[in-house]
Amino acid sequence: MKVLKLAIKNSFRHSLRTILTIIGISIAVMSFGFIRTVVTAWNAGVAASASNRMITSHSVSIIFTLPISYRDQLLKVPGVSGVSYGNWFGGVYKDPNDFKNFFPRIAIDPESFFSLYPEFILPEDQLAAFKKDRNACIVGQKLATEHGFKIGDIITVEGDIYPGTWDFVVRGIYKGRDATVDETQMLFQWKYLDEKVGQTQPGRTGQAGWYVLNVQNASDLATVAKTVDDMYANSRASTKTQTEKAWQQSFVSMSSAILTSLTVMSYVIIGIILLVLTNTIVMATRERIREYAVLKTLGFSGRHIIALIGGESMLIAVAGGAFGLLLTFPATGGFAKAFPTWFPIVVVEPLTIALAVASAIVAGIVAALFPSMRILRMKIVDGLRTIG
Amino acid sequence: MKIPLSYSWRSLWTRRLTTILTLAGITLVAFVFAAILMMAHGVEVAMVDSGSDDNIIAIRKSATSELTSQVDRESANILKTHGEIAHGADGKPLVTSDVLVVINLFKKVSHDLSNVSVRGLSPEATQLRPQVKLSSGRMFQFGTHEVIVGKSVSQRFDGCEIGGTIRFMASEWLIVGVFDADGTSFESEIWSDVEQLMPAVGRPIFNSVTMRLTDPNQLDALKESVQKDPRTQSVDLKREKAFYAEQSKNLAGFIRILGTIVTVIFSIGAIVGAVITMYAAVSNRTVEIGTLRSLGFQRRSILSAFLIESTLLAVIGGLAGIALASLMSFVRISTVNFGTFSELAFGFELSGQVIISTLIFAVVMGFLGGFLPAVRAARLSIVNALRSS
Repeated sequence: MKVLKLAIKNSFRHSLRTILTIIGISIAVMSFGFIRTVVTAWNAGVAASASNRMITSHSVSIIFTLPISYRDQLLKVPGVSGVSYGNWFGGVYKDPNDFKNFFPRIAIDPESFFSLYPEFILPEDQLAAFKKDRNACIVGQKLATEHGFKIGDIITVEGDIYPGTWDFVVRGIYKGRDATVDETQMLFQWKYLDEKVGQTQPGRTGQAGWYVLNVQNASDLATVAKTVDDMYANSRASTKTQTEKAWQQSFVSMSSAILTSLTVMSYVIIGIILLVLTNTIVMATRERIREYAVLKTLGFSGRHIIALIGGESMLIAVAGGAFGLLLTFPATGGFAKAFPTWFPIVVVEPLTIALAVASAIVAGIVAALFPSMRILRMKIVDGLRTIG
Repeated sequence: MKIPLSYSWRSLWTRRLTTILTLAGITLVAFVFAAILMMAHGVEVAMVDSGSDDNIIAIRKSATSELTSQVDRESANILKTHGEIAHGADGKPLVTSDVLVVINLFKKVSHDLSNVSVRGLSPEATQLRPQVKLSSGRMFQFGTHEVIVGKSVSQRFDGCEIGGTIRFMASEWLIVGVFDADGTSFESEIWSDVEQLMPAVGRPIFNSVTMRLTDPNQLDALKESVQKDPRTQSVDLKREKAFYAEQSKNLAGFIRILGTIVTVIFSIGAIVGAVITMYAAVSNRTVEIGTLRSLGFQRRSILSAFLIESTLLAVIGGLAGIALASLMSFVRISTVNFGTFSELAFGFELSGQVIISTLIFAVVMGFLGGFLPAVRAARLSIVNALRSS
């Protein structure tokens, strides 16, 4: 206990240096938490996917579509209890260079969508209004707040994949059941897309970008995928059926190089924490070599010396780690604000917090290791002889 | 009177362990800073240099990328007839109408499916894109289901060697050549005959039309006549290089923003490290400073000696960081290109600007880190300094 008291006293002998070290460590811990949160935000779509949904898309790639006639055939596949479908619309809303305007715009089937996606919550009356108007759309709560969309507003989008100027009327604002639901999307009626495309490009009607299958039994997933893909294997529009998780993963894995370099960077940060802390402890012990020699002369054992140096190191590390964690939340909050639609879900995971704390503690131990060894090995006479 | 540079240099050497620890911190930060700049620059090189200033690309107005653009055959044929367009030795206009589709192929290392662009081109395309050279095999024959693959496709994807076949949409394509394109984004593509690709993928519409002008300055004249024709009003003309630069803006910008946030945070850590080291250097040398002052060195000289010491530290760290980062130029990575929705391979590209920016960054770090301790050193009074033990 007395050793701890001495360690605390020691760490404030050079209060400026201690404070600077704590600042250095807290900034490093904050950026560690920040980078890890960005990586998990990237994977948010994968984490949010449901285990009872499968996606059937064109086997060649996402840019090819599937005939709408597949819907009735898919419904008859054993194990499939519901089918919905959608198309990526894309388009340009206002200035495309503003990140804020880059939110997903997707054509869906309002009749089947909400039973397959129970996590999208829309009030009864708004759902009815959404189904009633052909050019109706619904927007997520977050998107509505960001752009100030209200019910009755018109959203005008310039189409690119589907050329022309498109007007959508906001008929509802959906909320997510929990924090993992993407509230930045705009959803509108697939029939509106199909009818309007038919007016200018009659050859492109009756096409769905992907089908969503509801498979209640986990044991059916593999057989459903095989049955569906075999059904269309020899047609021009052959399919690839996979779990929703695998489908989301395929988008994330395309940018895996950036994710890897971010992860590497987060480890480099731990190295920096270590350097800053070791530097401080090395300096502090060098200045106090004579004191340690006196302590040794008085009969204090190696354990006491280790506790003294290690205690100071841990104290600084833990203080830095705690401040850093506190700073992580505003930092990630600011990031979420800067890219509201690129990263719809930004949450600091418990694992991130645990890792940040662990790295601070490990740094505290490692930083004390080298200087303590040096003091333990030192001969008392040499210590007493040293001139600071 | 000035304190000689060797004083600062030797002071660093005397406290080797601390110096090395601080140096390691600065080196790491300079390395990360340089690596991020190199990455953003690599994306720009891969994408911007795909375009040429002499070429004009026609895409649909409001299309944000080549993939989402649509140019129908009629418009493409009309564009070919304009007088501003250059003609080849055989008298045909130097125009290529391209179709761009995305297919899935298995990667070699991870065996994951990933997206690859397949581009269909007209026979004149090779004259329009002289940076593309066959490194092995031969050019595909127009009128057949033959393809040539870019170098990075052949390196990263399974079965993409000469003699291999690629299957998609119930059609089979024989690989007859591998091409090199000076590290541009074409190296991440597969090339085929547009007239074969269109029916195979069921696309009756081109994505873009690229043409060479007799005089590159005639873009405005061509634009005007294209706009006047009601049949081609939906088409927008851009210089190819400017178009690709626009396409790279999002990705390069994203890397820069994220990179800047991270390095600014890092550099605060490194500055703190430098401040700690320099404060320790000052307090350890109080007697020394007092001696220097009593010998007649002025406060200003003391200040600059300590500033030089920390800046020296930073410059060495910066150079070491650049040296480490230059090793990264052997690494090629790939990421999704939002414009084509497929993988783009790019390298870490070192440039003079990257080196200068990193050095400036390191010097600023060292200066800021050394400033406060240097002021303290300069302010010490002679008597007190000499008296301290």
